[in-house]
Parts: sequence; C-alpha cells; structure tokens
Amino acid sequence: MAIPLSYYVILSAIVFITGVVGVLIRRNIIIILLSVELMLNATNINFVAYSYYFQNIAGQVFVFFALTVAAAEVAVGLAIIIALYRSRSSINVDEFQLLKW
Amino acid sequence: MGLFFFYYLAGVIILTALLVVALRNPIYSVLSLLIMFFHVAGLYVTLHAEFLAAVQVIVYAGAILVLYLFVVMLLNVKREDRYHPQLPIGAFLGLVIVTEVLLLAFQRRESDVPPMPPPGSVAQVVGNTETIGDVLYTTYLFPFEVASLILLVAMIGAIVLAKRDLFEQQ
Repeated sequence: MAIPLSYYVILSAIVFITGVVGVLIRRNIIIILLSVELMLNATNINFVAYSYYFQNIAGQVFVFFALTVAAAEVAVGLAIIIALYRSRSSINVDEFQLLKW
Repeated sequence: MGLFFFYYLAGVIILTALLVVALRNPIYSVLSLLIMFFHVAGLYVTLHAEFLAAVQVIVYAGAILVLYLFVVMLLNVKREDRYHPQLPIGAFLGLVIVTEVLLLAFQRRESDVPPMPPPGSVAQVVGNTETIGDVLYTTYLFPFEVASLILLVAMIGAIVLAKRDLFEQQ
C-alpha cells in the first residue's frame, strides 16, 4: 500500500514544531543548536518526500546543499559557543544580554 | 508492509525529537538526536534516496554529532534543572501550531492528495547516486562551487573564533 504524501508532510511539520518549541523553551545554547538541527532535518524530510512523489531529483540535490550549510552552521556555532564559554564560563542564554535593547 | 515501516520510523523520529527538547542532560539529548538521524536515514531509504541516506549517516551522525559531543564534553556543563521562563509562551505557541496542522491535515480529502507515481520511473533507471552526481555537476555546478566556498569560510571562521589569542601573540 502506498503511503500518502500528507503523512510525510505531517511528520515533518511535527518535527519542525518540536524544534521551534525547543528553541523557545531551552536555556542551554547547545540544545538550541540541536533544535535548529531538528528543524533542518524536518525540511529535509519534506524535500525528499516531494522529490520522490514528483520524480524530480532537484529536491535531493537541495537536501545536499542544506546539509552543507548545516555543517558550516555547526562549525561556526560551536566555535561561538566555545568563545562565549571562555568569556563568561556559562552557556546559559539568559546571561548573554549584550545585544538586548 | 511499507506503511508499517513508515509508522515505525515516524514514531521513533517524533519520540526522539521530543526527547532532544525535553531531556535535561545535554549528552542524552545529543545521543537521542543520533537515533533520530539514523531513522531519518531509514526514511530516506524507503523513499529511494539511498545516496542521501548514506550522506545522512556519514555527515550528520558521523561528523556533526561527534562535534556536538566534543563540545558538550569539553565544556563539562552541569545539567540544568529548569527550562527557560518563557516556557508557557513557547508551549502555547507550539500547541496552537500543532492544532492548526492537525486541522489542516484532517480537512483534506483523499482526492486532493497527488497520485502515486508509477514505480521505476526516470530517477530509478541508472541509480540514485549516478543521477545525483550527473545533475550536481551539470545543472547545479555553480551552487556546488558556492557550497565549497561556504565550507571554506566556515572553516576559517571557526578557527578564528575558537582560537584563544590569535591577534595577541604577534
């Protein structure tokens, strides 16, 4: 039996919302970056599902690029976390208010 | 059978995604994300994206999560005992969006869903990896080069940010 396309869309929507809520409710910067990874994976699921259903390879190529950007984001993000931890000895988002109005 | 596999993979993906957000210890969150990445790779295999499944396991599970684990263990963070004070607002927003998605999902008729493509069409004749490689080096050659530039910039940026006294030693 074929799986309807909407199942994949619902799955990716649930994972994406989990990532959004994770960004909003956690105080640890590492977990916030992990939630961003969740959101990226949700969009990737969507891309691959549509690529399969429309028989168009462009969606999979786009996932490939999203993966590249995710790798770059993780490298820079973790470097920023290490720099922040050196200056404040904490990775709690509540304590970084320099850019707050 | 395919539906059973989808339900298993989707259930584990949603469960581990919730655990990533809910668990207090960062190491458990990272390991739960690892399980999720493997099941997403399984989902890619059922969607005939074998190349992406392999890349998902190698790059995400092999490289990115190891980087996360390094940082978690390097910083030696104590487990945090409470969530952000804006938890009620975040939970409320999440609930609103979930209800919206579920309403939209159950409003759809079956006739709106696009029909299944016939099996064994264009992308499957020569194999998934060959197709992606062919398209990547012809149609998407310029974005491919730009991606390499992004990786170079990210590498230099990470080194500059994480090195302690880059400019004070001279």
